[in-house]
Amino acid sequence: MAVNRPCGVFNETYAEDMAIVRTRFQWGLMIVSLILVFALPAFCASRIMYMVNLIAITLIAVLGLNILTGYTGLFSLGQAAFMGVGAFTSALLTKYLGLSFWVALPCAGLSTALVGVFFGLPSLRIKGFYLAMATLAAQFIIPWLFIHVRPDLTGGTDSLLVPVPTLGSIEFNSQARMFYIIMPVTLIMLFFAKNIARTGIGRAFIAIRDNDLAAEVMGVNLFRYKLLSFFICSFYAGIAGSLWAHWMRAILYEHFLLMQSIWLVGMLIVGGMGYTTGAVLGTVFIRLLDQSVVYIAPVVEAVFPYWVGSAAAAIGPFVFGLVIIVFIIFEPRGLAHRWEMFKASYRLNPYSY
Amino acid sequence: MLADILQYSVNGLMVGGLYALVALSIVLIVKATAVFNFAIGHLMMLGGLFYWTFLEMLGLPVWLSAVLALGLAAIVGAVIQRLTLHPLIGQPPMASLMVTVALMYLLHGIAVMLWRGSIMGLPSFVSIQPMIFGELTVSRMFLLSFIICMVVFGLFVVGFRYTKTGLDMRATAEDHQVARARGIKVDNMMLITWSVASIAAAVGGILLGLRIGVGPPMTMIALKAFPAVLVGGIDSIPGALVGGLLVGILEQLAGGLIDPSLMEIAPYVVLLMALIFMPHGLFGLKRIERI
Repeated sequence: MAVNRPCGVFNETYAEDMAIVRTRFQWGLMIVSLILVFALPAFCASRIMYMVNLIAITLIAVLGLNILTGYTGLFSLGQAAFMGVGAFTSALLTKYLGLSFWVALPCAGLSTALVGVFFGLPSLRIKGFYLAMATLAAQFIIPWLFIHVRPDLTGGTDSLLVPVPTLGSIEFNSQARMFYIIMPVTLIMLFFAKNIARTGIGRAFIAIRDNDLAAEVMGVNLFRYKLLSFFICSFYAGIAGSLWAHWMRAILYEHFLLMQSIWLVGMLIVGGMGYTTGAVLGTVFIRLLDQSVVYIAPVVEAVFPYWVGSAAAAIGPFVFGLVIIVFIIFEPRGLAHRWEMFKASYRLNPYSY
Repeated sequence: MLADILQYSVNGLMVGGLYALVALSIVLIVKATAVFNFAIGHLMMLGGLFYWTFLEMLGLPVWLSAVLALGLAAIVGAVIQRLTLHPLIGQPPMASLMVTVALMYLLHGIAVMLWRGSIMGLPSFVSIQPMIFGELTVSRMFLLSFIICMVVFGLFVVGFRYTKTGLDMRATAEDHQVARARGIKVDNMMLITWSVASIAAAVGGILLGLRIGVGPPMTMIALKAFPAVLVGGIDSIPGALVGGLLVGILEQLAGGLIDPSLMEIAPYVVLLMALIFMPHGLFGLKRIERI
């Protein structure tokens, strides 16, 4: 948004024109916030670090979904199942083959990406709602495979214990320690997600989203780019799944069901499809909303005795559904759009434009 | 072996009747409003829960409970259409789709809020003793459910074909602008379609509830009607019937002859195959897209 550029800052080279971080103040802000982020474990309780880790891992999955749904316009209801593929790949590789976590992480990403491409194959002939159906099928078939194919390896309906990642003599066995794996990976994934959209690939994705027939006429190879989009999306899911496995240290097929997939899509909708900022805002917003339900539920139970024991189970889905519907009807471009509007109005104050 | 195949096919037919009814409910809404209703399972659950409330909590007779439950379901359908989907007319189709996905959560929350989310058994009004025809055994419950599904399905089809409202609904499904030009109130037709579809879903919910109890797990079974819709063709009423029965039979055959756990995913494998090899289904209209 050209309108958002600081007053008096001019671009003299193309590199400056492309830059995301452009002024000295922004550089300073970025460095300070990075230092603050990495200092978090020093002054946060383990419970809060759990929340931060959960948000970071979810964010990776939502970023992948943003590339598929937000940029390429392909709708997916199977992101949680793909996360499951990554989680189980990583768990099986480290547990039975004795590979280190650092090798298993990219392997999980790649294997999930291949599974994603397989389920993306129908996307050449179908799109929109039909593709949602294809990924829905994936969402049911994949967890079934976890349970039934090799229950002796994957634990079947029981949870599978996952080894702790190690680096030299350091064991990443606490929330604060895991944070130092999860956060750098998340930042790297965020960096790539932000930049993929700005490359030729990203522009091809956006062309497909806006009108796939027109994109094809203009020379975008639809099949290739749709599969590439699935590849990237599932790669993100696989990385998220691998981190999830080594962070929870016990994985179960129940973590990767349809309802979790819908949560991820909901986060993207609330944040704003097609904005990397949106993925971040939406993930943080929904996770915090979900967490606040945990605190509100006992209050509700105290006021209405009828709901003792079921308040959290009722309020959580109710609020989540309501928030998504409200956002789709009243703010379809999500929190990211609101944030852009806010920035613009701040910069232009006191004028309206 | 042959007897087994016959037995499982008959079972599948019985199960498929329910899928056909749920598929009909989905197809109705798709035709009239171009919205695919993901929340169908939750509408079914609400119908079943209404029935349970009238029957068990208020002690009303079966027929009155059923009528009241269906009436309430119709109102719920109309309210959902007016509050959540009406504001989205003219928006991209994905927006409406996502609203129905969000409705899954919303209705689940409401159901847990009001009914605690436990599984409520419904009293069966036929004997558990199965009927035996030669080598075939047929559960009376399944048979009754199948017959009711088919009768309700038939009623809807007749209503579509021979009543004024049905004609108006078909006109709305064909083209909103043309229907408006003919003096049909399209907004009202959408409302009526949602009500009618909710009634169909509620009938399905009560019948499924008789078999497995009313509660959140039944919504997952309702999702198996999606393959039925896509196999039959998303905008075809005969397709809903054929697709429903076909998916039911394939599911039972796969479960019975190969592995019982396959029953959970057989419909989705069928769905994937249908999407890859004939995305428009058996009877669906092929729409040609223009830039």
